[in-house]
Amino acid sequence: MKILVPVKRVIDYNVKVRVKGDGSGVDLANVKMSMNPFDEIAVEQAIRMKEAGDAEEVVVVSIGVKQSQETLRTALAMGADRAILITAADDVHTDIEPLAVAKLLKAVVDEEQPGMVLCGKQAIDNDMNATGQMLAALLGWSQATFASEIKVDGDHALVKREVDGGMQSIKVKMPAVVSVDLRLNEPRYASLPNIMKAKKKPLDEKTADDYGVDVSPRLEIVKTAEPPERKAGIIVESVDQLVDKLKNEAGVI
Amino acid sequence: MTVLLLGEVDNGTLNMDATAKAVAACKPLGDIHVLCCGAEAADAGKEAATIDGVAKVLVAEDAIYGHRLAEPTAALIVSLAGDYDHVVAPATTDAKNILPRVAALLDVMVITDVSGVVDADTFERPIYAGNAIQTVKSKDTKKVVSIRTSSFDAAGTGNSAEVSDVATGDAPGLSEWVEDHVAESDRPDLTSAGIVVSGGRGVGSEEDFAMIEKLADKLGAAVGASRAAVDSGYAPNDWQVGQTGKVVAPDLYVAVGISGAIQHLAGMKDSKIIVAINKDEEAPIFQVADYGLVADLFEAVPELESKL
Repeated sequence: MKILVPVKRVIDYNVKVRVKGDGSGVDLANVKMSMNPFDEIAVEQAIRMKEAGDAEEVVVVSIGVKQSQETLRTALAMGADRAILITAADDVHTDIEPLAVAKLLKAVVDEEQPGMVLCGKQAIDNDMNATGQMLAALLGWSQATFASEIKVDGDHALVKREVDGGMQSIKVKMPAVVSVDLRLNEPRYASLPNIMKAKKKPLDEKTADDYGVDVSPRLEIVKTAEPPERKAGIIVESVDQLVDKLKNEAGVI
Repeated sequence: MTVLLLGEVDNGTLNMDATAKAVAACKPLGDIHVLCCGAEAADAGKEAATIDGVAKVLVAEDAIYGHRLAEPTAALIVSLAGDYDHVVAPATTDAKNILPRVAALLDVMVITDVSGVVDADTFERPIYAGNAIQTVKSKDTKKVVSIRTSSFDAAGTGNSAEVSDVATGDAPGLSEWVEDHVAESDRPDLTSAGIVVSGGRGVGSEEDFAMIEKLADKLGAAVGASRAAVDSGYAPNDWQVGQTGKVVAPDLYVAVGISGAIQHLAGMKDSKIIVAINKDEEAPIFQVADYGLVADLFEAVPELESKL
């Protein structure tokens, strides 16, 4: 089986996000960028499945600006076999919407015929949590979102899902789209030799036009604003004072 | 303008809080029809009919909608969507699973986790773990929207809307339910509780987390945890509050041994009153707390519990 893993280049999760003064978005110029943490978990899972003999090949694909190549090289250094870069934007501030990404991924799936698409449950920039579900819909495939355990069993996969109130186990028919949650695994760090080796692994360069997909946005960004700021309150001196404040000032207990 | 709202039905029971909050969010959008589907959904439908602002309830009862698997539920919604301008649901894990599938089938860009409804086409939603609020205007003719319930007050009850059955579809045969692993608890639901007591890495161990639970029980509160506490194995994942967990906005949020990472703040900073107990006076949690207590939690928490 071949596993396809879409990866997204996003602002590094440790970077403090700054909204641009003109309200057009978040400032991404000269900011450290990394692989979306959920996608890292998906890449790790695919590599582990290959190591366990459940998969033969791991193909990573990224859609966005040309610089996404770096993200793909990271995935190759972790252990993916080859990469596909689909350039769909010139400006680092352009976010390709999940619907357009899903359409491009469908075209890649049609060409590559993977047995499973493993993706992160959401990207930490737009927080949409949509691409995997949309891709499954366009392909007419089964979907298992928010996975914290994946077991391949012949033409099915058994997936434990993180849901409100606990966990749910479902059995999905393959091929399937599986979106991964935080607790599935802890991604490995790429070793220096593997980083060097990754530079020689194949990376195909395509554009959105090659697939005939219109990536123009359906959502117009009217404005981007800082969230309303919360004022710091007071420091109380003792538990007694805290109980008094909660009872008599805030009236919440 | 009419809205099709997917009611949150779990094992035949309506999640009143989530559904009524989504109804309140949709009020500016037009008449609201609530869809209740499941292996059993008739009782949930009757309850949904009591929510103020609901014009009609549609019930789809069939074994294939049990456990609300994405494939059959999305197909059902798409079969009904033709008559509606908006397809909406509270942003629960079920809806997060189902709605993007619906949107793609309708060739619409989904708008998830909406915290504000500006007009029929324009919505506000948090991005970057709540570090920015984006206003987006949809160019699609139909809108598919999930609602961040903590941003809205629940609609009242006392209504008696018309309830009717709708035609059910065929099973797509793509996935099947195996089992649920749901922890039984007498505590209130985390996302709808009036008080939440959360513990962080500072609690130090799974055993010591019992202290947090004891304080919560004294207050009749739900128990939450930071991602650090969950990652360290002190608390189960479904207690996680934050951008990658649940978003809560109770009247009182008590953060114990939580430093206040951005991703945690994103899940609780809309709480009305925030209390922080932490021995590190530099902890960022104090910057959002209404009442901060710089103290050793192992002394302060038992003392607080005894004085309530």
